[in-house]
Amino acid sequence: MRERARVPLALLVPAGLGLAFLVLPLAGLLVRAPWGTLPQRLAEPGVLTALRLSLQTSTIATLFCVVLGVPLAWLLARVPFPGRRLVRALVTVPLVLPPVVGGVALLLVFGRRGLLGSWLDSTFGVTLPFTTTGVVLAEAFVAMPFLVIAVEGALRGADARYEEAAATLGAGRWTTFTHVTLPLVAPGVAAGAVLCWARALGEFGATITFAGNFPGRTQTMPLAVYLALETDLEAAIVLSLILLVVSVTILAALRDKWITSA
Amino acid sequence: MKIRAAALAALLLLTGCGGDDATDTGTGAGTATSAAVASVSGTVTVFAAASLTESFTQIGKDFEAANPEATVKFNFAGSSQLATQINEGAPADVFAAASAATMKTVTDADGADGTPVTFVKNQLVIAVPNGNPNGVKGLADLTKPGAKVALCAEQVPCGAAAKKALDTAGVKLTPVTLEQDVKAALSKVKLGEVDAALVYRTDVNAASSDVDGVEFPESAGAINDYPIAVLKESPNKAGAQAFVTFVQSEKAKAVLTAAGFQAP
Amino acid sequence: MTALDAHLLVQRGDFDLDLRLTIAPGEVVALLGPNGAGKTTALRALAGLTPLAAGHVTLGGRDLDRPDRRLWTPPERRPIGVVFQDYLLFPHLSTLDNVAFGPRRHGMPRREARAHAADWLARVGLAAYARRRPRHLSGGQAQRVALARALAVDPTLLLLDEPLAALDARTRLDTRAELHRHLTGHPGATLLVTHDPLDALVLADRLVIVEHGRSVQEGDAATITARPRTDYVARLVGLNLYRGKADGHTVALSDGFELSVAERADGDVFVAFSPSAVALYPDRPDGSPRNTWPATVTGVQRHGDNLRVQLTGPIGAAADVTPLAAAALRLEAGLEVWAAVKAAETRAYPAQ
Repeated sequence: MRERARVPLALLVPAGLGLAFLVLPLAGLLVRAPWGTLPQRLAEPGVLTALRLSLQTSTIATLFCVVLGVPLAWLLARVPFPGRRLVRALVTVPLVLPPVVGGVALLLVFGRRGLLGSWLDSTFGVTLPFTTTGVVLAEAFVAMPFLVIAVEGALRGADARYEEAAATLGAGRWTTFTHVTLPLVAPGVAAGAVLCWARALGEFGATITFAGNFPGRTQTMPLAVYLALETDLEAAIVLSLILLVVSVTILAALRDKWITSA
Repeated sequence: MKIRAAALAALLLLTGCGGDDATDTGTGAGTATSAAVASVSGTVTVFAAASLTESFTQIGKDFEAANPEATVKFNFAGSSQLATQINEGAPADVFAAASAATMKTVTDADGADGTPVTFVKNQLVIAVPNGNPNGVKGLADLTKPGAKVALCAEQVPCGAAAKKALDTAGVKLTPVTLEQDVKAALSKVKLGEVDAALVYRTDVNAASSDVDGVEFPESAGAINDYPIAVLKESPNKAGAQAFVTFVQSEKAKAVLTAAGFQAP
Repeated sequence: MTALDAHLLVQRGDFDLDLRLTIAPGEVVALLGPNGAGKTTALRALAGLTPLAAGHVTLGGRDLDRPDRRLWTPPERRPIGVVFQDYLLFPHLSTLDNVAFGPRRHGMPRREARAHAADWLARVGLAAYARRRPRHLSGGQAQRVALARALAVDPTLLLLDEPLAALDARTRLDTRAELHRHLTGHPGATLLVTHDPLDALVLADRLVIVEHGRSVQEGDAATITARPRTDYVARLVGLNLYRGKADGHTVALSDGFELSVAERADGDVFVAFSPSAVALYPDRPDGSPRNTWPATVTGVQRHGDNLRVQLTGPIGAAADVTPLAAAALRLEAGLEVWAAVKAAETRAYPAQ
């Protein structure tokens, strides 16, 4: 209690306003939610399908981002090379790019006529657009910067001398990375993965552009919400709330498990 | 006669026969419409379906030329999105929707001033890549194995129309994607990601350099009405009414027809 | 026989290190010098953490680093253990796993490595702390774990970077004694980097003094304390030091001042005497063969039971006086006094 008294008003007021700004739209959803018809709306088969697809794709996309993004972050944080600043700027491109443009860009590369897509198609018979893999790809594209930036920050904050200590004890670079660096930045990786997952879960523009919209295959919750919005505002609100409740629950559970214990 | 001349000029302008005619067209339109409507002023905010983008932009210019005191501002987006915005209190004077069903959500919410008027109709065609490389002749060709087709989602007007047409034809079609609007479906054809898409003729017209349109008889049973209405909350009713009237003038009709719309 | 034979040439900005080092097996050498002298750079070069520009590092007859032959061994393949200044114990591993880390990386199976680590923890008296995380250890305990971790891989060369600098005075005393015991028991060569002369004198068999990237004096503790060769070393061991030209019993300093010395000497010499050998008088003293000069007091500090007085004059000097004498003289900054040193209290030794 004494602590709270010491918080200066000049910080408390904007902090409170900031929180209100973030939370009020949520309150708007709650106020307008059609609570009476909620049970039967939840029971609609399409809802669960979209929810499951969303959770699956965003989780796989996050794993994909961790596998590729952590090494990329390590490279950016630990290895000086010419053009590093440029590469660092390029990593943030998906953040700046409107997701729909990102989706078009993905089509131009991985699409049926795309730079790589045409080769994938002719060589392996693999096409990515309009597939669940395409959804994962679109989500990963948009969400990866969150992971890379978080992990790179953690790596820069971590004391690189631990890595030297590991080397003097006989650990090669790879062992040092897996046994020392990674555990040291684990909280940063967890935070980055959570951000990445949340972004992937809410991803709309790149997904609908690159992977299209087909129930059960590429229609994730945000797409279902958008299309529900076309005809039925209340349905859209219900779907949004489901997405929100599920993601907040998962994030809160993870937070207790990882982030606070780390 | 004068009206005809103006319409022709507008048509020429649209097909790209010289922007220098713009001033002539303007004065011509001014004389043509001044007889019908008294000149209005202020800003007229028009919420219009995305498929009206090209034609309404032109009609807006013509309207401003006829009413030098007035300014037209457009908000082009998916009709349903616009309807939601209007029902949530967006400040608009006129709403032009791409389907009667969408307009109905606004009239049901008691948002329209008077009864909406259907000012054009739009018909579905099969959009295929330039030159129709797969030789698509009708809906049946879209069910061939390996054919990738994009439809609009049923929740949006073009999707509803496509479903109606397919049902009428008795064609069972599994698309690879149900796009959120007609432009998105069309862009999938443009990018070569799908072999065909069911879209409006107007959209094919607007993208004629990239895609070709294949007409099919069943589309007659799934023609989309475009209703337009002055909104109840309009801050500029006179301007709104003038614009709605202008859209139904011969001159505007010529612009719309050139874009591929049909008269109601 | 030498374990380590190294010539370290490192260029880092406008600082360059040029240092030759040899250490015998079982020998403990202290690298002593002021901050920025290049001690840590030398240690890092030996460990392979900083590349040599030229020179060589040869350990047990094997070249580890020889830029002229394009030969370089990465740190993880050098038989060298390092105790870092702030220990750098891995915070995510238990004490036991910290010590087992090295043996594991050298291919020892997990179970064996842990047993080995437990053994080492017992040797440093921390068997009971095996499961603790480093952040729950005291400074002295962490230091011992770091030592055990470095020794657990049986290094041919053990490097210690300011091993006691992070400890408080009381812990330092205990840990120093403990460290001495382990270093004596270590069969390999040991190089200790420190700026604390006491650490060096207690722990090392031999001292190498570095200043500005160069070795300025080498030898055992007795030689260095008796015959400093630079102002830095003189200050460390608490002596007044001068350099001049000797001719019999007289040494002419560069500024013309002459000192009488007891031993005969010729040529370039150092003259050293203790501050306690300097007596202060209010007036010029007379009699007996003394060096006397007028001086001005610039500062007075406590020094043990006495007071240390800083003097300027024809030569700068420090003098130790009893509080009683200081009171009699009414010592304070600015006071003019006469300083005197008996020739018998001075030591003169060749500068070359």
